[in-house]
Amino acid sequence: MTLKYLIAGTLGAALLSTTAFGESHMAQGRDGNVNIIYWQAASIMNPYLSGGTKDINASSMVIEPLAHYDENGAMVATLVDEIPTVANGGVSADLTSITWTLSEGLLWSDGSAVTSADVVFTANYCMDETGGCQQLAKFGGVESVEAIDDLTVKITFDGPKPFPYGPFVGSTTPILQAAQFADCMGVAAPTCTAQNFGPIGTGPFTVTEFRANDAITLAANPNYRVAGKPAFATVNFKGGGDAAAAGRAVLETGEFDYAWNLQLAPEILADMESKGVGTVLSSFGPLVERIMINMTDPSAALGDERSTVAHPHPFMSDMAVRQALSMAIDRPLLVEIGYGQAGKVTCNVLPAPAIYDSPNNAGCEMQDIAGANALLDAAGWERGSDGVRSKDGVRLSILYQTSTNAVRQDFQALIKQWWAEIGIETELKNISGGVFFGGDQSSPDTFQKLFADLEMYANNFDGTDPEAYMARWACGEIPSPENAWLGGNMPRHCNADYDAMVAEMGGTADLAERARLAIAMNDMLMQSYTIIPLVHRGNVSGVVNTLEGVKLNAWDSELWNIADWSRSE
Amino acid sequence: MTNATAEIKDDRKYRSLWGDVWSQFRTHRGAMIGSFVFIGILLAVSIGPYLWTLDPNYADVRNRNQGMSWGHPFGTDQLGHDMLAQVLQGGRISIAVGLTAMMLSLVLGTFVGVLAGYFKRLDGILMRGTDLFLALPILPLLLVIIMLFRDTLRGMFGPETGIFILIVFIIGITSWMQTARIVRGDVLALKEREFILAANSIGTPARRVISRHIMPNILSPIMVSATLGIATAIITESSLSFLGLGFPSDFPTWGRLLFDGTQRIAQAPSRVIFPGLAISLTVLSVNFIGDGLRDALDPRIRGR
Amino acid sequence: MLNFTLRRLMYTIPTLLLISFIIFIVLDLAPNDPTGNLPLTIPPEVRAKIRASLGLDAPMYIRYLLWCQQFFINEPLNLFNEWFGWCIGDCEGRLRVTSWATRSPVVDLIAERMPQTLWVVGMSYVVGIMIALPIGVISAYKQYSWFDQFGTLIAMIGFSVPTFFTGVLLIVIFSVWMPNDSFFWLPSIYDTTLDVVDWDSFVKQMRQMIMPVMVLALYNAAQISRFMRASMLDNLSQDYVRTARAKGLKEKTVLLVHVLRNSMIPVVTVIALGIPQVFGGAIITEQIFKVNGLGQLLIIGIQGADIPLVQTLTFLFAVLIVLFNLVADVLYGLLDPRIRYD
Repeated sequence: MTLKYLIAGTLGAALLSTTAFGESHMAQGRDGNVNIIYWQAASIMNPYLSGGTKDINASSMVIEPLAHYDENGAMVATLVDEIPTVANGGVSADLTSITWTLSEGLLWSDGSAVTSADVVFTANYCMDETGGCQQLAKFGGVESVEAIDDLTVKITFDGPKPFPYGPFVGSTTPILQAAQFADCMGVAAPTCTAQNFGPIGTGPFTVTEFRANDAITLAANPNYRVAGKPAFATVNFKGGGDAAAAGRAVLETGEFDYAWNLQLAPEILADMESKGVGTVLSSFGPLVERIMINMTDPSAALGDERSTVAHPHPFMSDMAVRQALSMAIDRPLLVEIGYGQAGKVTCNVLPAPAIYDSPNNAGCEMQDIAGANALLDAAGWERGSDGVRSKDGVRLSILYQTSTNAVRQDFQALIKQWWAEIGIETELKNISGGVFFGGDQSSPDTFQKLFADLEMYANNFDGTDPEAYMARWACGEIPSPENAWLGGNMPRHCNADYDAMVAEMGGTADLAERARLAIAMNDMLMQSYTIIPLVHRGNVSGVVNTLEGVKLNAWDSELWNIADWSRSE
Repeated sequence: MTNATAEIKDDRKYRSLWGDVWSQFRTHRGAMIGSFVFIGILLAVSIGPYLWTLDPNYADVRNRNQGMSWGHPFGTDQLGHDMLAQVLQGGRISIAVGLTAMMLSLVLGTFVGVLAGYFKRLDGILMRGTDLFLALPILPLLLVIIMLFRDTLRGMFGPETGIFILIVFIIGITSWMQTARIVRGDVLALKEREFILAANSIGTPARRVISRHIMPNILSPIMVSATLGIATAIITESSLSFLGLGFPSDFPTWGRLLFDGTQRIAQAPSRVIFPGLAISLTVLSVNFIGDGLRDALDPRIRGR
Repeated sequence: MLNFTLRRLMYTIPTLLLISFIIFIVLDLAPNDPTGNLPLTIPPEVRAKIRASLGLDAPMYIRYLLWCQQFFINEPLNLFNEWFGWCIGDCEGRLRVTSWATRSPVVDLIAERMPQTLWVVGMSYVVGIMIALPIGVISAYKQYSWFDQFGTLIAMIGFSVPTFFTGVLLIVIFSVWMPNDSFFWLPSIYDTTLDVVDWDSFVKQMRQMIMPVMVLALYNAAQISRFMRASMLDNLSQDYVRTARAKGLKEKTVLLVHVLRNSMIPVVTVIALGIPQVFGGAIITEQIFKVNGLGQLLIIGIQGADIPLVQTLTFLFAVLIVLFNLVADVLYGLLDPRIRYD
């Protein structure tokens, strides 16, 4: 692993410097204004106080981390000269500390120098217990962050950390200026409106006007570290509306130059693109739309023990049923109808990065209604007079829940029909996203409580390391009343072998070995049909034809390389 | 007043009130056309699904996004659902929701409005209550109501009827305030009129004054509210579906069909035209019926 | 009359307090969660900490009292401070009502959005009334004429076709199909950062307002013209109209002085009751044209379960609603001297 990142890092840095050299004769701000539309408006410019994608992307134009992920998921040095690894001595041999060295001569947009004190301050800012920092998970296991000298920072972990690139890698954890945020620690964090709306940064742009949940105006940073960049003098970052309107503004009327997250039906997108004003770009991260099967009994009659491990599910605990549910689904059709070029069929819940993609589950792309029927017949599920199968008085009648979203409702309708063909009755339920993904203890409709037989949503992980993501399906992660329904193991999957592999991965540094473990864990989930993957989803954005240099990035902020954007004639 | 075309009848012949209303109603051309159209729509949505037997929820995926054809006169949607079957099926739900929710809000609104306007003692409290309802944030209120009652009603009446009751109730109790305010205003003005004073002075009980003298005179604002109410109810239902608070996604309603179609307005205009036409025709015909009824029920116009 | 108004104003204080409390309960009971829209990559333990940092673990009545203190005491003091420079108490460290999503004072957010909402929604209301009143009057006076039938048809279409449809239709026609350089091309996205400083920017402002204003005006006009027509019809058949005509008054006088004044009574209610909605913004239209006014602020707040924001906004609407109800009642008395308030 270390070697790969080393190569990627140096290559990226080298690439960056050559292009910078080649264009250095061109003036900053030569291309005027660029219009960006996000149909969800940015509400704050401080990712530590809002983890929303829109907020992280907006702030990534202004404040930067020590290193980024590029469009291939490789790490690229941003404020440092090289990525620390075990090989170059940046990461200690026992994997308990990492030392970053800032590049020489870095300036904040106000002209002051960037020092290691800023990095230390940022870590303390987020790790303050009372501040409600939303990126706290990135600092998990961090024992101390200390400045060795003006440019060197050492992060020490409380144990071996095979993947020490949590803090300050990627746009979710950028460096804040200590001088600006000094009075904003802990409980005071939310009161610093001026700072949160207009942070001083090292990025290509600075905020000139911030209208929360509406529009942001930015201007090129005169102290940006690469000469001649950014090519645009100003950015107009508009928010609001819906995906269709954003697509129309870029692909049809050309009023805007860049539109984020165009989650639209493929034929609508194709029709808009055919106007010839702009193009649709897509890129794939680890986001997978999946069905989570509830292995426990969600029956309301159980009261407090509803959807807890105390009661196994009356029929979902039969693997034949779960397998039949998966076999009856026509995944290529789902992709075609719901996502078009923004989706791929996947048989794995962990389809990316490529080294973690298991080759062992191929074949799920073939819909097999007859096979599913045969499987259920063999397992003793007999069709009743209404066509619904049952065994020993247990009817195969399913409550299928998801969040409110046009594509998800289309998927529900199709899947309901396929399941009807194999003798399974389905009742559909959709819940507004704020409630479904929210953690309100009083609501019965959250995705953690899963008071249904199965549920559908999409999930992914930050960065490129799947360790924390795969650890979700360990026994200890099962949401229950005891842990206030906190936990990521929605299917209530519990297997001692799986837990052992999770523990093993936590202590393994070798990349190939980690990949082997991740694949084995993925296969265990897939082959027990506890999670039914449907679509590997990508990011889709619209770019007007005159805008050059856009590289869509699924591993980091979409605006990660806005400094390289320019206008073609 | 201008259509004084009703023939003068023999006064000695027995005439019932509703007979008079009907004979006046018949002379109203718009109202008669409206009635025919409305009855036609009612018939279409009630009998239609038996004649056009395609299952509205069967997704014929190979034939999705089709234009108009003999097999699918209204075309198909993005999953291959037959749009004609969907419009017919959706009409049942939309019209049922529209009519019942309108009735509920009308009864509530008129009741509160008349009481508040007629009885000075109740005015303060009822109107402050109306203020309260007007001031409540509808959306969070919906979330609360749905969270509290969805599962209970689903258990008692099954998923469809349960949600139906819930939605009608929600639309009803969040839309009666306008009617109440308007009715109250009219009652306040009527109360000062001579014929009410006369009725009061000969000792007519309040109940009778309201039913005989007030009600017939406030029918016209109520009728306007009613016709507008049906449209609002149908449209409110569609925004509820949009927010994920309405019927389950496999129950088509006109409002939702129109909303879904709006996204594809440029690609497939028929997707918006048919549900839009259905809503507009219904509202229009109900409005004309309301006009006719208003004239027919008004004792000053009738018989002139 | 003055007595009545003063007494009603006194009543509004407990009413509003009760309203604010009920709004708070409703928001608190609603199953929405401020962390619900965050990416799923944020683990549940961190979410619990975020919730705690927002004060969500305190009991309900404490949070309500805190809001009351911030809204009724701290915010007015802050206004004094900003407008007159008077500083009462601790001016720097005073806790203001702060939105959870933007971490900025709610009152500032509202002030920032007021201009575009008043421009667009307010203008559409005025345009709507200006269209509706003459249509209502003429179609009642010439009942069942072609003008009446046509007016009815337009009104009903305006009312029965939702704004999410008319808005998109206009955008497709005027922004997509219309060539970009044509005179009739109109922007589909409202630019809130535009400052009107000269003729060019004024024209730009007008152009970007045309579509949202027309969509909303059609909807408003439909409703008001129906009420106007019905009310006119009621009055036209009254005895006093016959008397006035018998006296030989000019038809114009009969119509515009006698009938119109009496017919305005219920219509004024409808108009007055609609004004708070102007401030409430038009959620769907604002969304379609990206006007980002108060309606959009409210919907974002509700979706993100931003309780301080939603509580403050809805409470301000409640104040407006209660006030305009009072205005409507006072107008009744002015327009119809027969109504006595005592």
